[in-house]
This record gives sequence, C-alpha cells and structure tokens, in this order.
Amino acid sequence: MKLIFEKSSPGRGGVRIPEDRISPEEMVPSELLRGELAELPEVSESEVVRHYTKLSRLNFSVDTHFYPLGSCTMKHNPRACEKAAAMPELCETHPLWPQLRHGGLLTQGSLQILYNTERLLSEITGLAEFTLQPLAGSHGELTAVMMMAAYHRDRGNHKTHIIIPDSAHGTNPASAALGGYDVVTVPSDASGDMDIDLFKAALNDETAGVMLTLPSTLGVFNPRVKEIIDAVHAVDGLMYYDGANFNAIMGRIKPGELGFDLCHLNLHKSFSTPHGGGGPGTGPVGVCEKLRPYLPISRVAKTKDGTYTLDYDQPKSIGYIAPFYGNFSILVRAYAYLLMLGREGLRGTSDRAVLNANYVQEKLRPHFAAVTPGRCLHECVFSGKSLGEGVHTLDLAKALLDRGYHAPTIYFPLNVPEAIMIEPTETETKETLDAFCADMIEIAELSKTDPDALHNAPVTTPVGRLDEVAAAKNMDLVYMD
Amino acid sequence: MSHTPFACTSPSDEKAMLDAVNAKSFDDLFDLIPADFQTDSFNVPDGLSEMEMMQHIRKIARKNSSDLTNFCGAGFYDHFIPAAVDSLTSRGEFFTAYTPYQPEAAQGTLQAAYEYQTAIARLTDMEVSNASLYDGGTALFEGMMMALRITKRNRVLVDTGVSPIYRTMLRSYTRNLKIEYQEIPLSGGVADRAAFKAALTTDVGAVLIQNPNFFGCIDDLTDLIEDIHAVKAISVLSAYPVSLGLIKTPGAMGADIVTGEGQSLGLPLSFGGPYLGFMATRKKLVRNMPGRIVGATTDDQGRRGYVLTLQAREQHIRREKAASNICTNMQLCALRSIVYLSLMGKHGFADVARQCMDRAGYAWTRLKAIPGVEPLFDRPFFNEFALKLPKDASEVVSDLIEEGIAAGFPAGRYYEGMENVLLFAFTEKRTKKEIDILAAKLEAVL
Repeated sequence: MKLIFEKSSPGRGGVRIPEDRISPEEMVPSELLRGELAELPEVSESEVVRHYTKLSRLNFSVDTHFYPLGSCTMKHNPRACEKAAAMPELCETHPLWPQLRHGGLLTQGSLQILYNTERLLSEITGLAEFTLQPLAGSHGELTAVMMMAAYHRDRGNHKTHIIIPDSAHGTNPASAALGGYDVVTVPSDASGDMDIDLFKAALNDETAGVMLTLPSTLGVFNPRVKEIIDAVHAVDGLMYYDGANFNAIMGRIKPGELGFDLCHLNLHKSFSTPHGGGGPGTGPVGVCEKLRPYLPISRVAKTKDGTYTLDYDQPKSIGYIAPFYGNFSILVRAYAYLLMLGREGLRGTSDRAVLNANYVQEKLRPHFAAVTPGRCLHECVFSGKSLGEGVHTLDLAKALLDRGYHAPTIYFPLNVPEAIMIEPTETETKETLDAFCADMIEIAELSKTDPDALHNAPVTTPVGRLDEVAAAKNMDLVYMD
Repeated sequence: MSHTPFACTSPSDEKAMLDAVNAKSFDDLFDLIPADFQTDSFNVPDGLSEMEMMQHIRKIARKNSSDLTNFCGAGFYDHFIPAAVDSLTSRGEFFTAYTPYQPEAAQGTLQAAYEYQTAIARLTDMEVSNASLYDGGTALFEGMMMALRITKRNRVLVDTGVSPIYRTMLRSYTRNLKIEYQEIPLSGGVADRAAFKAALTTDVGAVLIQNPNFFGCIDDLTDLIEDIHAVKAISVLSAYPVSLGLIKTPGAMGADIVTGEGQSLGLPLSFGGPYLGFMATRKKLVRNMPGRIVGATTDDQGRRGYVLTLQAREQHIRREKAASNICTNMQLCALRSIVYLSLMGKHGFADVARQCMDRAGYAWTRLKAIPGVEPLFDRPFFNEFALKLPKDASEVVSDLIEEGIAAGFPAGRYYEGMENVLLFAFTEKRTKKEIDILAAKLEAVL
C-alpha cells in the first residue's frame, strides 16, 4: 500500500485553522526560521481517513482475531473503559495545575481517581503503597530497582548485583543494569523454576535483591518461593515480584503477603488497558512499608478535610521518574475495569484465564511436547521440537496466521527450545479454543505429511514472509522521495 | 444474572472444560500452589455494572475544573486536535493489537510507524527516527545514555534552559550510574557560550540543550554544537515539535541526537499522559539508538513491507547489555501524531506554528506594557515568554485562578531567585479576547 507521503499533491489541504493575525509585528528574525517547510503530506481529510482505515485493516487485533500471544495477556478491552477515559474533564486538565498555588483544587477529580486506584492496587497485591507513575512495565522495573538502590544506600549496605532467573523477560536484566547493578543469571531446573541450589550458591551479602516472575514464564507457580524470599531477606536483600503474569492469580495470591517487597503490574495485561499496537503501557509499582520513603515524587494523598493533594516533600525519595503522575488516561481505564470487576470478578477472571489455558494444554498435549507434566496457570508452553522434520515453530506461527489466528509467543522463554507459548485469556469462548486447537493439531499433522505447505506460509496475509536480514542491512527507516 | 464480566464461558462450558482437565472445581486448578500461600482477605468492593461505573466516574470527573482559560504551558501545550485523530486511532484494529512481532499480521501498525518516523525525521531535519519512546523526559535521558555509549565517556553537561522537570528526572536516573552530571546556568536567557567552552574538556560525552528553552527563548545553537564537536562530544537537543513548523531545525544546526515531547502533535493534555517521546539522529549513529525501529523491506514476491529492525540492540536479545531496558514504544500515541500531521499537512502545520507565534507576539506587546511588568529576557521567543512581575508570581496565579484563568507557570517553582517570574504560553486556541482579558485581570491584581 502507498505511503501517506506518496499520496501527497501540492495545494491539497487538510484541516483548516484560523488565519487571523493579531500581533503588531513579526517577533522572530528570519535567521532563526527554517529555510523550507517540512515536507509533510498535502492530503485532504477524506484521504487521511481512508488511508488509515485501510491500514488498520491490515492488522490482526483482539477485536478481529484470537490473539493467544503468551505473556502478553491479550484480553478484550471493554469499551466502557475507553468511554470513561474520554470524558473531557479528564482529558483537558493540565498536569502542572496542581503545582500552582490553589491549583490542586482544579484537579480534585483526577487526584481522586489516582488515589482510589492506588488503594485498590495495594489491596489486590497486599503491598502498603503504590506509585502509578511508571510509564510501562519495564519503566516500573527500573523504578523498583532505583528504590532498591536507595534503600541499600540508606542502610549503608554494600550491594553489587541482582539475581535473575534465565527464564525472565529481557527487561529484568536490562532494568537492573540501568539501575547500576551487575546481573547474576541463574539457570532453571527441569521443572522450569529457578534452580534452588544454584540460586543459593549465587546469593551472598552483596545481593541487592532478586527479580522473580510468578507464575514463571512457563506458567507454573514456584512452590519454593517462600524459601527463596527468606534466604534473600536473610542477607537484607529485597524481593521483586514481576507482575507480568498477574492475570493468573488475582484474588488468590497477594505478593505482599508472601513476603515480596516490591512489585510491578502491567495494567495493559491483567487490567485490560489497550495494548495500542505496542504502547502506551503502564507499570505501577507497589512497595512494602519499609520502602515507602523511597517512592518517586510526587505522592497523591488525602487530607483530613477529604480533599486530595500532591505531596512533594519526600526527602528520601528516588526523585522524579516521570514528568507527572503516569499515563493518566490509561490509569482511568484500569480504574474503570477494576470497578466493574470487583472482588468476585477479579477472582473469577483469573479462574477462567487459568481454566482456558489448561483446557488448551490438555487438548494439545497428545500432539505437542508440553513443557510441564501437570497443570499450568494462565498460559501453557510447548516445544515445537515435536513438529515434523525441518519444520520449525516459526512455520507453525505463520501457518496459524493463514488460519485466522495471531501466533502465540514463539522462541520465548529462552530456556525452552522452539518454544510455543499460548495464553488464551478469559475473554475467549470454548468454541474459539476448540477451533484453535483443531487447527493446531491439523498443522502438527501437516508438518509430517506436507512440510512445504508450512514453509510457504503465510499466503493469505497482505505480505508474505519479509526479508528481515535485508531490512537490517539496508536500513530504509524513513521514506525518501 | 451475576457472572464474571467479560469472561466468555457459560456454566456448562466450564463444567465440560473442568472435566476435560480433570479438575472438580476452579480451586482444583490452583492445587499446585500451597494452600497457606493463598489469601483469605480480599477487601475489594463488589463489582459495578457498566452503567453504575460510568455514573461513579462521571461524578468524580466533574470535580475537575473544565472551564479555565489556560496560559500554562512549560513544555505541555493546549493545542487543537482535529476530530479525525480520535476517530481513526480509536479503531479497534489499531488499539487492540500489540507489538508487531508477526509483521505479516501487523502491516497497518508497521507502516504507520514508518510514516511516523519519516515525519519526525522531516520535522527535525535529521536522517532517521525511532518509532517513539515514553515521553520527552525519558527520551532526553535515553539520548544522553546513547551519547555516552557512543563516546565511551561519562561526563555530561546540561544547560539550565533544559526543562527543570526533565533535569530533575535526569538527576534521579544518573544517581546510580557512574555519570558525572554538571549543569551550566543560562546567560541572558540562552546557553552560556563562554561557560560551555570552559567546561568542554575531552572527557565530556554528552551535552544536553533545549530549543526553545524552558523560558521560551529561541536561539541558533550552531556555534555551540561546533564547540561540542571540537571535543568529539555529542549534542543532544530537546525540541518542541510545533516550533519546528517554522523555526530553524536541529538538523540545520548540526545536532547529533534530537529528542522531545510529542504531546503537542495531537495528544490531549490528559493530566500528564500518555504522551510521546520522540528521538531522531544521524544514520551513522542509529545502531546505538534505543527503542523500536521500523524498516522497509520486501517479501518473497518482491512486495514492499515493514518489519521491526536492528533488534540486536534490544533487551529481549541483549538482556543486561542492551542499549536500553525499553521494551516497546508508544505506538498508539505515535499513530495519533502521524494522523495529526497528515491532517494538518505541510502548510497547515506551519500555520499552527505561525498562529502560536502570533498570539504570543500580541500578548508580549500587551502584557509588558502593564506598569511594573518587565521582560525577564529580551530575546526572540516562539510561543512562550517569561515576565518579571512586581509581586510573587504564585500569588498572582492563585488570584487569577479565582477569575477562571490559569495565567501561567511560576518559574520560582524550579528556579531560585525567580519568585516574581511568570511563564506565559500561547497556542492557536487562544483568542485576542482571551488575551485582552488576561491583560486586564493581570493588571488588576498587580
């Protein structure tokens, strides 16, 4: 499809804005102006509408396709949450108003939503306090690592490294490094959990903390988690709960009660804010009581007279990590979702997310090599090694596109060869799951009888397999006329 | 009938599915988790129906003030957003999709990102752009880290004309890293050339500057960037994209890395987010650039298509050695910007910039004529300027809020000794009448 720039024609206009001039003089000398106008498209509104509508139709999405992308929790995005977030009173407030004297009174509604959302997340995770500021999951990880560093600095601890299992998302080690720590990677054992002996060998007085995803990226719950937490606390280390897989255990497990000190949640996963084609995310971070002083500035608080205010007086805080209070309009969506789900709904959601994953796992188990012999939680992981000779997980993924499904997550976690990671979520019908499993089984059979049919997939999408090597080599990153 | 909202299975489905996985109940599914790990307290309120939830949030939302005339900017501006931006970006095919891991099933998202990259490169006059970062502040931090990776140095110079909000963020982020962070105070409203020259030793890796700066002043930074290059350091310039409709570009000044806040390109203020960080650079530096990047290529039949590219920089491959911990971009916000820029177009976008300058120019004439009011700096500005008032600026702002006006941002909030300084911002949305009222009310409270 042509680019919007290729549809441009000189003199075509889009949206008109007023042209009146009220300034008595030109204020900017010509040497400070740009030589030529930026070559933006010259197109009419109708062309823009048609162009982006057509582009949208080239996408798979939750609205149009089953999207069992493991570890991403691609659930339905309720439209009421969109509508709530679009209220003009919530969209049109300037984030600096609360920093004006008496300006907080202008934004009481926004502050109340932030306050209520923090309280809800604290209750759901069993942690004393939450900050809603982090702008994505990985930003939440970094915020948490910075708080770990502030805590250890305050205590006079000499800590040099953070321990992370090899099954973790790549953001964990990258965030730890950006927070100034070395990373010690611990391999997984046969059941997919962090190897407890190797973990204990890695743990010492210089361990700042451990970042653990629970349930793990294999969709299993580590039954020895308390042993790990106790060992880490014994060296004054901190336990970090990566909430990427929180959709599995809402209303059942509270990380704070287990002894975790910090935790981030991906609101775009468990709490159904839209993934947006890759952002905006939001990664609120919760902390236990002893880490409260280190939370980023500012803190939303409720005063004695029932009004809401922002507190900037936090001497031990790690400081600003975002310009303001997080991705506010995304937080409104999560708040709306939490209000609608309520206590029973949260628990019921996790129950059904786990049921759907187990159902898929058992249906596929006779045909694919399941990684876990027993039950899984919110997602199930297989190895594509059981596919026919010369057929890889990538081929399976592309064949699924031809059958109208987005592919599962593939080649992750890294400790499973040819990994296929399926997370159906609770917002799918049994019929969809049955049809998906039937197609998976058909592809498994085809991999043995007609492997070339899979090598050529996909054939029904707007483009076939793209040359990624050429893309990296040619670096065609912007359009040149 | 009570059910779990948004779940899709009926009670009979669930019974059949539980049977299929050999479980008697939902509780059975969790039997691998030790019972004493499971909580018995869960004090979340009962769920609300959609109707009740909307009533609840509407009631709270009404506590926000929504009829204020806003002259407060300080990096975040109240611009007009055409209706088609909301209409197109609220298509489910865009907002319920995810990161384009399967490019054949995500050409819509990928092509839009490539178009966005093209627009950002053209606005900034740079060769390449990434597919967006979180916000202007984190983008500036990422730009700084990129410069330090390239130069393999650890000293950073920062002009105090860079947004104090961003500088506060930079201080938080650099605290645990072995980075020497030094701020150079403004001189006469612009970067202090002599002070920079003195501080630019061969251990400086990154120099961070902003144009227009926090006080709205615009400057030609070409000479400073030449000095930066003389010690083989890298310039990171934070820019306000609407100003690039008209003013001299970072590319023309020789900047190496350009970052900025993209909120003004079609995103509502929304009390702080989601916003959009943009980053552009020279082609030769692209392998050190953080964030998602989309590239054009072809499929096996020679058809043009788009993929995520240069992924060897990223955390899912490089883990702790990655260029950044960033996992994704702000795709939906970037989509808003490219739709906005397409709707405005080459001339419309320049018109927006001209209107902003025009409104600010008129207000400058009106406001500085008020007795006791004087310019903080007498320098060219784009859409924002600072005035010294005869009394505390916070008090003035407080008085004018009573009159339904957010008059501006008091610079004393972040700059010592500037208690009387007020920063006024103007966009194409502000009218002559509103500015006249501002002038009259301001004069009345001074």
